[in-house]
Amino acid sequence: MSYAFKDFHWANDIRVNEYLLPKTTAEALEMLAEYKGQAQVVSGGTDVIPKLRKRELEVEALVDISRLPGMSDIKQKGDKIILGGLVTHARTVASLLIREKAGVLAEGAARVGSPQIRNMGTVAGNLASGHPAADTSMPLLALNASVTIASTEGERVVDLPQFFQGGNQTAADSRREIITQISFSALGKNQGCCYLRLSKRRALTIAILVLATVVDVDPDEKTIRDAAIAIGPVAPMPFRARDAEEILKGAPVSKEIVERAGDAAYKESTPESSVVWGSDEYKKEMVKVFVRRGLYKALKRAGCPVA
Amino acid sequence: MKEMEIQFQLNGCDVCVDVPSDTLLVDLLRDTLGLKGTKTGCREGECGACTVLLDDIPVNSCILPAFKVEGRSVTTIEGLTKDDGRLDPIQEAFIQEGAVQCGFCTPGMIMNAKALLGKDPHPEEGKIREAISGVQCRCTGYQKIVQAVKSAGQKMDSTR
Ligand SMILES: Cc1cc2nc3c(=O)[nH]c(=O)nc-3n(C[C@H](O)[C@H](O)[C@H](O)COP(=O)(O)OP(=O)(O)OC[C@H]3O[C@@H](n4cnc5c(N)ncnc54)[C@H](O)[C@@H]3O)c2cc1C
Ligand code: FES
Ligand code: FES
Repeated sequence: MSYAFKDFHWANDIRVNEYLLPKTTAEALEMLAEYKGQAQVVSGGTDVIPKLRKRELEVEALVDISRLPGMSDIKQKGDKIILGGLVTHARTVASLLIREKAGVLAEGAARVGSPQIRNMGTVAGNLASGHPAADTSMPLLALNASVTIASTEGERVVDLPQFFQGGNQTAADSRREIITQISFSALGKNQGCCYLRLSKRRALTIAILVLATVVDVDPDEKTIRDAAIAIGPVAPMPFRARDAEEILKGAPVSKEIVERAGDAAYKESTPESSVVWGSDEYKKEMVKVFVRRGLYKALKRAGCPVA
Repeated sequence: MKEMEIQFQLNGCDVCVDVPSDTLLVDLLRDTLGLKGTKTGCREGECGACTVLLDDIPVNSCILPAFKVEGRSVTTIEGLTKDDGRLDPIQEAFIQEGAVQCGFCTPGMIMNAKALLGKDPHPEEGKIREAISGVQCRCTGYQKIVQAVKSAGQKMDSTR
């Protein structure tokens, strides 16, 4: 490599001393424990490998969990959908169950990166990356999903709002723990959802804004029983517009109420200005537009369109 | 640095090779195994020039740890050419339609097209554009590439 390019990150390779391929979850957790925080979980690697190359991440070893058994399925148990910790974006998009009963997640997963990225990248890895614009985080947050996290001490279940801790931090410490599954309620009758994404191009670009919404309506009374609105990146972590949701709960389906929800979300969001991704004021305006647009579509899909 | 022996199928042949822990598939293919058809551009998953098929599914080999291919099958652009030297219908279509200019993106484009046509020989234009959306071409403007994939599908059909 000529001198001029020496300092570019792509001229450097990743640095890891050991690449481990455990066969069971217990073995993987043991390996992580043995490295005492100096080893990191790698799943699809689409986030970890670029970070290692850019030296945003430095570890001694990688523990590849991609062959752990029993974590690659999408199942329904009662009214719950269970997405294994190794399910890729491509599998999620292709799943009829997800498309029919959690459409908002299929729509989000379909927009991640490129076909090649979706073939390797996993939904759990997307969540664990803690990125405030991660495309499947907003759908899962709107679906009130929870994640099961395993460590050598046992398993625990964390609801998504508590999972995100800001600054790319999450409740799952990927140097010690493994997300084994993600679960959420299947959407049913009288429920509708919508995913919207603002980005400069269709493929291979991180979103400027992502909105995911789920509404639950009473079709006879024409009222909104419940609404979830998740937005990113307008706060240090994926964000629920609780004020907007409160306005919608119990309210009649109307243009006025949808507009008021948009205004409330505008006030609640605190995006940062960026030369590349747009000013804070622009993003706030777009939050308003997206919340309205998303609600109109979700209400229509729930069988209760705004007249 | 630890090394480990990995075994996998490369373009239909069994390969067994010692690999250091930090090796990425693209470097194993190009530097260790001498298959220079797979290109390396951005090395961060953006440009798609390094696309290979892993068990018939397109992946970016620049961000794929080599150990991940243990026991699996990898197809590179070299693997498309028949034993007697004849080109794959997709390769022929790229030449005939003028879909190659500098050629840097071509292996990535063709590997993605191969995966698509394997599943669906008559894709709509939207499907073709979607399938190649993870490969960037800075020369052709994509039009002729899309055309080449279309005509390759038709040709594969008539030779079947
Ligand atoms: C070119 C390119 C484009 C991209 N575009 C997008 C995009 O448009 N939208 C988007 O949201 N993302 C995008 N990404 C980011 C990335 O592809 C996704 O976040 C992907 O879902 C990560 O999944 P993975 O399995 O590859 O994770 P990995 O890279 O394997 O891991 C990511 C992080 O999560 C941890 N981790 C992974 N799985 C688990 C688990 N089961 N338990 C505990 N910790 C775990 C790892 O330790 C690491 O910290 C892009 C990446 C690239 C390279
Ligand atoms: S070199 Fe792999 S995507 Fe650019
Ligand atoms: S032909 Fe030059 S990049 Fe595509």
